[in-house]
Amino acid sequence: MSTNGTGPTIVLDGEKVAYNPGETVYEAATRHGKDIPTLCYDPRLEPFGGCRLCVVEVEGARAPVASCTAQCQAGMEVRTRSARVEVHRRTLMEMLVSENREVDVDELTSLASQEMTELVDRYEARTGRFRGRQSGASRPDDPNPFIMRDYDNCISCYRCVRVCAEQEGDYAISVKGRGFDTQITVEFDGHLKESACTFCGQCVQTCPTGALGDLKALAYRDVAGETKKTRTVCPYCGVGCAVDLLTRGNTLIGVQPAMDGPANKGALCVKGQFAFDFVQHPDRLAHPLVRGEDGELHQAGWDEALDRAAEGFLRVRERYGRHAVYGVASGRAPHEAAYTMQKFIRGGFGTNHIDNCSRA
Amino acid sequence: MSNPLEDMEKPDVIFCIGTNMTECHPVAATRLKRAIANGAKLITADPRRIALAELADVYLPLRVGSDVSLLLAMAHVIHREGLTNQAFVEGRTTEAEAFLEHIEKFTPEWAETITEVPAADIERAAILYGKAERGAIYYTLGITEHICGVDNVQSLCNLALMTGNIGREGTGVNPMRGQNNIQGAGDAGALPNNYPGFQSVLDPAYQKKFEAVYGRKVDLELGPTKVRALEACGDGIHAMMINGENTVVTDPERHHCEEALKSLDLLVVIDLFLTETAQLADVVFPATAWGETDGVQTNTERRVQRLRKAVEPPGEAMPDWWIVSQIARRMGTPGFGFESAKDVFNELCELSPLYAGLDWDRIDRGEYHWPVPHKDHPGTPILHQGTFENGRGIFKLIRYRDPAEVISDEFPVWLTTGRRLPNYHTRTQTGRAAGIDYLAPGERLEIHPEDVVDWGLEDGGWAKMTSSRGCMMVRVEANARSPRGTVFTSFSFNDAPVNVLTGGGYDPVTDTAELKVCPVRVERP
Repeated sequence: MSTNGTGPTIVLDGEKVAYNPGETVYEAATRHGKDIPTLCYDPRLEPFGGCRLCVVEVEGARAPVASCTAQCQAGMEVRTRSARVEVHRRTLMEMLVSENREVDVDELTSLASQEMTELVDRYEARTGRFRGRQSGASRPDDPNPFIMRDYDNCISCYRCVRVCAEQEGDYAISVKGRGFDTQITVEFDGHLKESACTFCGQCVQTCPTGALGDLKALAYRDVAGETKKTRTVCPYCGVGCAVDLLTRGNTLIGVQPAMDGPANKGALCVKGQFAFDFVQHPDRLAHPLVRGEDGELHQAGWDEALDRAAEGFLRVRERYGRHAVYGVASGRAPHEAAYTMQKFIRGGFGTNHIDNCSRA
Repeated sequence: MSNPLEDMEKPDVIFCIGTNMTECHPVAATRLKRAIANGAKLITADPRRIALAELADVYLPLRVGSDVSLLLAMAHVIHREGLTNQAFVEGRTTEAEAFLEHIEKFTPEWAETITEVPAADIERAAILYGKAERGAIYYTLGITEHICGVDNVQSLCNLALMTGNIGREGTGVNPMRGQNNIQGAGDAGALPNNYPGFQSVLDPAYQKKFEAVYGRKVDLELGPTKVRALEACGDGIHAMMINGENTVVTDPERHHCEEALKSLDLLVVIDLFLTETAQLADVVFPATAWGETDGVQTNTERRVQRLRKAVEPPGEAMPDWWIVSQIARRMGTPGFGFESAKDVFNELCELSPLYAGLDWDRIDRGEYHWPVPHKDHPGTPILHQGTFENGRGIFKLIRYRDPAEVISDEFPVWLTTGRRLPNYHTRTQTGRAAGIDYLAPGERLEIHPEDVVDWGLEDGGWAKMTSSRGCMMVRVEANARSPRGTVFTSFSFNDAPVNVLTGGGYDPVTDTAELKVCPVRVERP
């Protein structure tokens, strides 16, 4: 767009750039590589204009303008990093910091949990200028095992409220009080389980301060090692949501939604978000088992178990013919499992005695 | 699905039937909810007052198993009101004349006597869908797990064909697949009627192709489905290998299923846990799990995506493909020299025309929907654009049939089964994930509050539920989601083994069990 010279343009920090009709100043600016701070912005949600950190100077406007809600207009002259807006942003950050107790937000808290901390550092905002009363009351009484509700760290950006309404369509999270007394809550001020909450975890993952946290991931905070992310796909239903597995060493410590996941665009449900730890449950089979003469299953080596299976299939084929063997492939395992299962039957026995678990 | 998931935000009329999407495919449902928030109209047909019913503009609380009559009457109204898309019907379909004559007698008043849905509501739904600019149909097992599952699907296809709601953005006939890779298991050829890539085992050209692949003669006839194979255990089938399925708990007629597996000379199970099914095996192999396995899966919109290994498996667990290959090699079967999941997947791509343009490296970012017939092809998010694979869309003349078993004096209550949001299938996985029990501590039989009183039960108390095949005990939940005379439970909990009761019949074409309909008696124990 910026090179073809036919579309409408704005002047961004002195440079003439193109914008797409309907685009906000924030969208156009970030698309052109500008780093504008914000805390209430989530690209999946409607512009909100709550935190005022994304303000920019617009030529001819009396006051700084929130770039996330202002639409581009042809010829608009925008300054994103002027001294005036930077002072404004720093003051806002100092005020936000003053509302919350000073905490280190663990990186396992959620996907967006470091946004506030990073801006506090960037604007060196822990000055104590506005030290005073703190806002937000935490709910340590909520016994749910998934979502930490530490509203002492809340800055009322409403991302949780909006993601629940706009993305999930559940409208479980609401707000009571106004101004300094704003409190994020749910119906009747109760526990999440008694509300319309489905525990999809979207509010947690978009919270920029660590006020909402992933309790399952945080339970692994003492596991040593660097946190690694591996992109994969959820193992439950057929929607195929992309997720990032969080690991430390050989321990699976959590799941975060992939914002660029082609099927889910950052959305997950309670199973995809929180039901990952079956993988390391002590019930997992770790060795082959073979039924002994006593009628019980006993641990066996791979050679013994593989021979027992191979010889068993050969014996049945010899005794009853090749149509006496049947294979059931899994709709839960990857392609490679189903492919080798059907090849085992077709190549090994020349039959079509193969099915998967889709009929029940 | 004929259309991609992102299309779910584009219809102006959405018709959901037999899908409890907010619980079973929650992330897909978020897209529907956004479409509704943006003004799309929703028609929901489901016996239970599920969340999609609460969101609906027209809710059709049909009696379990009466879908065909509802859909015939909707077709009747659409045609009567002049809403048939003549251009589409003439240009792209066949058998239309016979179909339009066939539906003349199936009035909404007739359907009301079967579905128990007021004729006026059937008319409203039909006119809404018939007038849609972009009408999209979504369904799940509430449509297929019936003796008339194929009839149900074809009835939905008839509606889409007569209104031209197929082959365009925001339309389509869209089954939501229930398991992460159930589509992929079919793609890979684990079906008794198709080689990999849905190449028919009855087609001489494909028989020849795969004889060359396997280096041996292959059967020229269809294999039996799993249901028939289980029936033949001990009498024709004497050895079975089951990968990652807890057959004993998921399948109907549980007692029969257990006896069948016990009668085998050899049962080999490959799984993550010692499931109820694995406990019956002669040899159990430990498989690597999600998070420990590199591989591929295909989602409900035919999107082919990579799974990646992040941690090492416990003990000596190995990938499924490795285990199967090792057994094959020890039996002397050629063609199992795979050294990686990539080797296996790339062989599938070479043999499947749907995957011909794909390979392990090309699907790294998951942007392809099959069919991808060659390397320069962008994939096919929307099926049936411009033309159908077999030429023309064929109208099918469907008639209503009663379920295999209907309510009687002895079994006066309809039981229907399904899933709930927090749990997945038989809980082999969600039952072992910390915290899920907080949301779903145990099974409950959902009964209308007035029925709870009439039947002498108590909310939270025990009920004894009996069908012609068996009986079980279950706790009662008074819940107005259930209509009068119909009860619901999931099949997730082994201590509430609902599939002891089910199994009245099977679809004659697919052998899919009628798990959605089972007449029962519910009483105080």
